[in-house]
Amino acid sequence: MFASKFLDKLKARLADWNTTAEKTRQKKSLPRFFTVSGVDIDELYTPLDIKQGHDDEHYWNEIGLPGEYPYTRGVHHTMYRTRLWTMRQFAGMGTPRQTNERFKYILKQGGTGLSTAFDLPTLMGYDSDHPRSLGEVGKCGVAVDTLADMEIIFDGIDLAEVSTSMTINSPASMLLAMYIAVAEKKGIPSEKLRGTLQNDILKEYIAQKEFIFPPRPSIRLITDMMDYCTKHVPQWNTISISGYHIREAGATAVQELAYTLADGFQYIESAIETGQDVDEFAPRLSYFFNAHSDFFEEIAKYRAARRIFAKRMKNKYGAKNPKSWLLRFHTQTAGCSLTAQQPENNITRTAIQALSAVLGGTQSLHTNSMDETLALPSEKAALIALRTQQVIAYETGVANTVDPLAGSYFVEALTDQMEAECEKIFAEIEERGGVLECIEQGYFQRELAKSAYAHQTELESNERVIVGVNKFVLDDEKVDIPVLKIDRAVEQEQVAFVKKIRAERDQGRAQQALAKLREVADGKGNTFEAILECSRAYVSVGEMCDVLRECWGEYSESAAAMQVS
Amino acid sequence: MDKKIRVLLAKPGLDGHDRGIKVIAAAFRDAGFEVIYTGLRQTPQMIVQAAIEEDVDAIGVSILSGAHMTLFPAILDEMKAKNASDILLFGGGIIPEDDKQELEKMGVTKVFTPGAPTDAAISFLKEAIAGRQSDEKIM
Repeated sequence: MFASKFLDKLKARLADWNTTAEKTRQKKSLPRFFTVSGVDIDELYTPLDIKQGHDDEHYWNEIGLPGEYPYTRGVHHTMYRTRLWTMRQFAGMGTPRQTNERFKYILKQGGTGLSTAFDLPTLMGYDSDHPRSLGEVGKCGVAVDTLADMEIIFDGIDLAEVSTSMTINSPASMLLAMYIAVAEKKGIPSEKLRGTLQNDILKEYIAQKEFIFPPRPSIRLITDMMDYCTKHVPQWNTISISGYHIREAGATAVQELAYTLADGFQYIESAIETGQDVDEFAPRLSYFFNAHSDFFEEIAKYRAARRIFAKRMKNKYGAKNPKSWLLRFHTQTAGCSLTAQQPENNITRTAIQALSAVLGGTQSLHTNSMDETLALPSEKAALIALRTQQVIAYETGVANTVDPLAGSYFVEALTDQMEAECEKIFAEIEERGGVLECIEQGYFQRELAKSAYAHQTELESNERVIVGVNKFVLDDEKVDIPVLKIDRAVEQEQVAFVKKIRAERDQGRAQQALAKLREVADGKGNTFEAILECSRAYVSVGEMCDVLRECWGEYSESAAAMQVS
Repeated sequence: MDKKIRVLLAKPGLDGHDRGIKVIAAAFRDAGFEVIYTGLRQTPQMIVQAAIEEDVDAIGVSILSGAHMTLFPAILDEMKAKNASDILLFGGGIIPEDDKQELEKMGVTKVFTPGAPTDAAISFLKEAIAGRQSDEKIM
């Protein structure tokens, strides 16, 4: 994009400049300058660091305009000037009633989307009264056993208006089915429902580890559900392909990006294999990234993500609908960056991380609460987290223009570097036989453990500073912010409720629906339709998962995946 | 020379967050300990059984799900039932201060919370186990 004469002159000037700069450098012993991911950063970036094409084509192929291929600058033409990102705060705890109250509070305070956290028994497909659920009910999120719980969670909330995200994976189909069934009872057709299901099982095997069934039947659950939604729930984002948990488990920014995109391509290939048309389902795929503390590295990550995705969708998978080329994403600030020490500092960390997501063009955002290393967020901490987004949106002016960092020599160079590194990891995954093979070999799991340990080692050698943890430490620090506790009565209440619902439902209908699910799971047909009928019949998540466990078996990690590094 | 410290590490309950325990496992290994990591979703019975079979000095568990007030006591009970209370039990995770104190009163030797350096866990184990080994010699 720059004339070669100019670049030659710049090279000469830089040599002179460096002679002077070297004098300053020699006066001090300098530390290593590197990102949160351990990538070394140069002192200065100039036009020489940006990929140079022979003609203007380079700009169009790599950067372009917002809302146009390759979407490096954003997925919409006008971005936040016409529509701010969705402020979607993740919430859910205790009983369905408590979560319903928190949801109504969020909406009242100006939150524009709902995001449901489920408790571990729900995520793992156990009912609240299962022995393995003991002590876990309502702790990490809300407990959902049957449709009756979902009716309470969304009581008094207009499902035709609100968009709802559900963080659920192995039993994702069951929870979406229950949501559809709640809407049916309220008289809202499924065509009107808007929201996102996380439904990303691959990252469970890689990072978050809330898996139930082996990979192949799990992918069948997903492709069946995608097929159903294409026909009947067309506004629903069927999978939120998630890098968030991969990053939290220890990944570097590039690993997060590469593994996540590779997972996405795996779903796309699986759906194409079942005969679905890429342009039918791809527009409903979305992504979910982490916003860690390295400001520019994160911005480069989001920009590179859009570009890599658009190129592959167009060139490799032959998608023709421009909507299939768009990588839309949700962002959550990095839980793993928060500290238990001086927790109020987490507000600052979260604000800076959120800003990087906005400058990177996110479609929706969750900001973490300052107290999340201590417990589930208190109401006050959750409110400050939402307010942080509102300050960014309404006070800082960053939403006034689209992709304001485009053309920054540093940001463009980092974006290019991120893409190149990502391609290297794709090649490695391919060489190892693809994503499923890599999961089985424990490749991703070992790489994450290695990165996590390297990060910890840098921290403990003080090469990396975390304020309040290994520098600027307070003597005799005491936690003096309120910490939320989940009452033990929640578990007893929930256990009693699921027993009551199971006893009082139409048993004939429930048993018939379960038998049909078993038949479909063992043979052919769409599992989602069978699950939807089970949900309508108040069959519990645990009962449905038990049938599928019997048909498909349970997954456990290979020894290779458990190696520590 | 003292024999190598043997530690069993495990994740009880339904929680799948294994970043912390894997970092601890790597740090212990580099500190010269013998580490046996049994993985996710281990029941108290599985943990105590493995600890006895592997003849370990200590059991370390990591819990980030909030179920610590159920899982730690269940492991302690199982240790008692299997006459394995001589094994040292420690752990870490998202555990509020007052719960931590209650757990340490119950018999969990030490609970580490976020931000604790791996060095702290290493020196804690070395001291605690050296203390026990010298007690054994006196007896």
